Amino acid sequence: MEYFIQQLVNGITLGSIYGLIAIGYTMVYGIIGMINFAHGDIFMIGAFVALISFIIFGLTGVALPIILLLVLLIAMLFTACYGWTVEKLAYKPLRGSFRLAPLISALGMSIVLQNYVQVSQGARVKPMQPLFSGGLEFFKNSEFIVTVSYLQIFIVVLTIILMGIFTYLITKTDLGRAQRACEQDRTMTALLGINVDRTISITFIIGSSLASVAGMMFVLYYGVIDFYIGFLAGIKAFTAAVLGGIGSLPGAMLGGLLIGLIETFWAGYVSLEYKDVAAFSVLIIVLIFFPTGFLGKPDIEKV
Amino acid sequence: MEKKDIIQSFKDSLFTGLIALALFGPIVGLRTVSKGEGLFITPQWGVVFLLVGLCILGRFLININSARRTEFKIFSTLSSKFSSVTEDKAKHFAITGILFAVVFPFLPFTDRYFMDVAIMILTYIMLGWGLNIVVGLAGLLDLGYVAFYAVGAYSYALIATTFGWSFWICLPLAGVFAAFFGILLGFPVLRLRGDYLAIVTLGFGEIIRIILINWYEVTNGPDGITGIPRPSFFGLPFKRSPDEGETSFHLFFNLEYSTMHRIIFLYYLILVLALITNYFTLKIRKLPVGRAWEALREDEIACKSLGVNPTNTKLTAFAIGAMFGGFAGSFFATRQAFISPESFTFIESAIIVAIVVLGGMGSQTGVVLASIFLIGITEMFRDLEQYRMIAFGGAMVLIMVFKPKGILANRKPTILMHGDKK
Repeated sequence: MEYFIQQLVNGITLGSIYGLIAIGYTMVYGIIGMINFAHGDIFMIGAFVALISFIIFGLTGVALPIILLLVLLIAMLFTACYGWTVEKLAYKPLRGSFRLAPLISALGMSIVLQNYVQVSQGARVKPMQPLFSGGLEFFKNSEFIVTVSYLQIFIVVLTIILMGIFTYLITKTDLGRAQRACEQDRTMTALLGINVDRTISITFIIGSSLASVAGMMFVLYYGVIDFYIGFLAGIKAFTAAVLGGIGSLPGAMLGGLLIGLIETFWAGYVSLEYKDVAAFSVLIIVLIFFPTGFLGKPDIEKV
Repeated sequence: MEKKDIIQSFKDSLFTGLIALALFGPIVGLRTVSKGEGLFITPQWGVVFLLVGLCILGRFLININSARRTEFKIFSTLSSKFSSVTEDKAKHFAITGILFAVVFPFLPFTDRYFMDVAIMILTYIMLGWGLNIVVGLAGLLDLGYVAFYAVGAYSYALIATTFGWSFWICLPLAGVFAAFFGILLGFPVLRLRGDYLAIVTLGFGEIIRIILINWYEVTNGPDGITGIPRPSFFGLPFKRSPDEGETSFHLFFNLEYSTMHRIIFLYYLILVLALITNYFTLKIRKLPVGRAWEALREDEIACKSLGVNPTNTKLTAFAIGAMFGGFAGSFFATRQAFISPESFTFIESAIIVAIVVLGGMGSQTGVVLASIFLIGITEMFRDLEQYRMIAFGGAMVLIMVFKPKGILANRKPTILMHGDKK
C-alpha cells in the first residue's frame, strides 16, 4: 500500500512534465493539423537553457526562489524564440501543402536541433547538482516510508498554476478566442479580421514556453540531461496527447498524467527495462478501442 | 530601389540578428563543460557573433533580392526543367542508370571507398523502393520501417549462426519473418488515420529496438551478434586460404586473390535485390491489388463504397513492404557480419521515409535520385563528422520548403481507364 502511494506520487510528478509537453503537441495539432515532431527537441533546448542559467545563477548565490523564478522566465523566453523561428522557417512556407510535407520538414528540423545542440554543447551527459533537498515523510511507522520531496511538490504546484493561467488564456481572452476560431475555420477567421499568421506564431510561442518549463523540471528532477532526451520525452508526450484526445487541452493534461502513471507503475511493479514498451503498447491499445482518445471529438469523415 | 526600402530591410535584418542572438547566445555562446565534480561554462562569443553576423547579412541579401523580385527564380525554373526532362526520358534514364550501375565496379576511378558508398546507396535505394510500396503506393505513412529491417537482419543472423544454413536459404526466410511481423503489426493498427498510424508505427519500431536490447538470451543484447557467415559465390567462399576440401572463388576462376572480389559480389547482390524490388513494384502496380493501393491512397471512402476491403488491401502493402525490408536487412547482416541494436535506431526510419518523400512519393526514379543526393550529402560531410546530420536535416527541410512534392512528383495513376489522357 505504501509502495503504491509512493509510485502514485512519482507518477503524478512525471505525468505533470509529460502533460506540459503534450499541450504543445495538442495545440499545434488543433490549429494547423500537423504533428510538430520537433517539439520534443524544443523541450530539450528548454532543458539546456535552464541548465545553463542554473549554473550562472548558482555562482551568484541568490536565494533559491528568486533563482527559480528567473530561470523559469529566461528558459521560457529563449525557448519561445526557438519555437517561433522553427515555425517561421520550416512550417509556415508549407501551409496548405500536402499533408506529409510539414511532417517531413518537422523531422528534418528535429534532426537539425538535436545535432546542433550536440555540436555546440557536446555529446556527453550533463549532470547538475541538486538544488532541492528534503521532503515530507508519511507512514513513518510502517516498513516503507513514503517520501514526497519538496521538488515534487514544486513541480506539481507549478504545473497546476501554469495550467490555470493557460486555461484562463484560452477560454477568457481575445487571444484564446482567436486561437479557437483558427482551429475551427482558418479562412473564415481571416475574413473576420484576425491575423491568422500571428495567432499561429503565438500558439508556437506558448507551446514552446510550456515545453521549456517541462525542460526545467526535467533538469531539476533527474539532474542529468543530454541532447537526446527530447526524442523519447517527445514521443511519450505525443502519446499522452493522443491518449487524451488530440486537439483537446484538458485531454493533454489527463493523457500526460496517465502516461506518467503507467510508466511509473510498470517500472515499479513489472520491469524497469520495458517501461517504454508499456507506454507504446498502451498507445496502440487505446487507439484501437478509442480512436479519438478519451476526451477527443469524434472525427467525421466527409465525402 | 528606394532609400525607404533599404532602411526597411536594414531594420528587418537587425531584428533577425536580435532573434539569432537569442537563439545562439545561450546554446552556442555558453558551452557547458564538466570539470571534475561540477559543470562549468566556457563562453564562445566569437562563434556567436560570427553566426549572428551571417544571419544579418543573409537576411539583408534576401530582402534586397526579393525587392527586385528575383527571389529563387533560378532555382525553381531549374528544378522544373529538370523534373520535366527526367519525366519525359524516364525510360532512357532508367536504362542508362542500370547500365552505369552494372559497369560501375570496373570503371578506372572506382576504388574500395567508392564501392562501399555505392553499396550503401544501393541498400538505401532498396529500402526506399520497399517503403515506396507502403508510403508511395498505398499512402500509409510508416515511421517504423526500420523495425522490419531489424527483424530481417536478426532473423538472418540467428538462423545463419544457429543452423549454419546458406545465404540463399536464410534470405527468403528472413523476408518471410519480416512480412509476418508486418502482418502482426498491421492487423490491429491499419484502421487508424494517417498521422496516428505514423506514430504507432514509430512506437512499434522503438518497441522492437527495446526488445532487441533487453532480450539478452536470444539477441545478445546491446553487444549484438557477431560472426555472421559471409555470403559465398554459389558455394565458393571468398577466402584467401580455403578450408580443407573447399575451393575458394579466386582459385576456381584462377584469379589473383583480392578482397575486392567479395565487395564486388556484394555490390552485384544488392543491385540484383534492389532491381527485383523495383521490377516487382512496377509489375504489381498494374495488378488489381496494386491498383487498389493507389485508389485507396487517393480516396478511401470511394474505395470502400466500391467494395474494396481497405484493411486487407493495406495489409498486403504492409506485408510486402516489410518483406523487402527484411531482404535488405539480411543483406545488411551478411555484409557487416555483425549487427547490434545500434544500427536500427529511429534515425534510419527517418532517413528512409525522407528518401521516399523527397523523391516524390510513388516515383521509383525519385527514390534513386533522393538516395544519391541524401547519402551523397552525408558522405561529403564525412570529414566534418559532427555537422553531417545537421546538413542532412537541413537538406530535408529545404527540399520540403522549395519542392514540397519531392524531386519528382509522380501521383499519376499507373493505369487509366480510357488510356492516357493528355
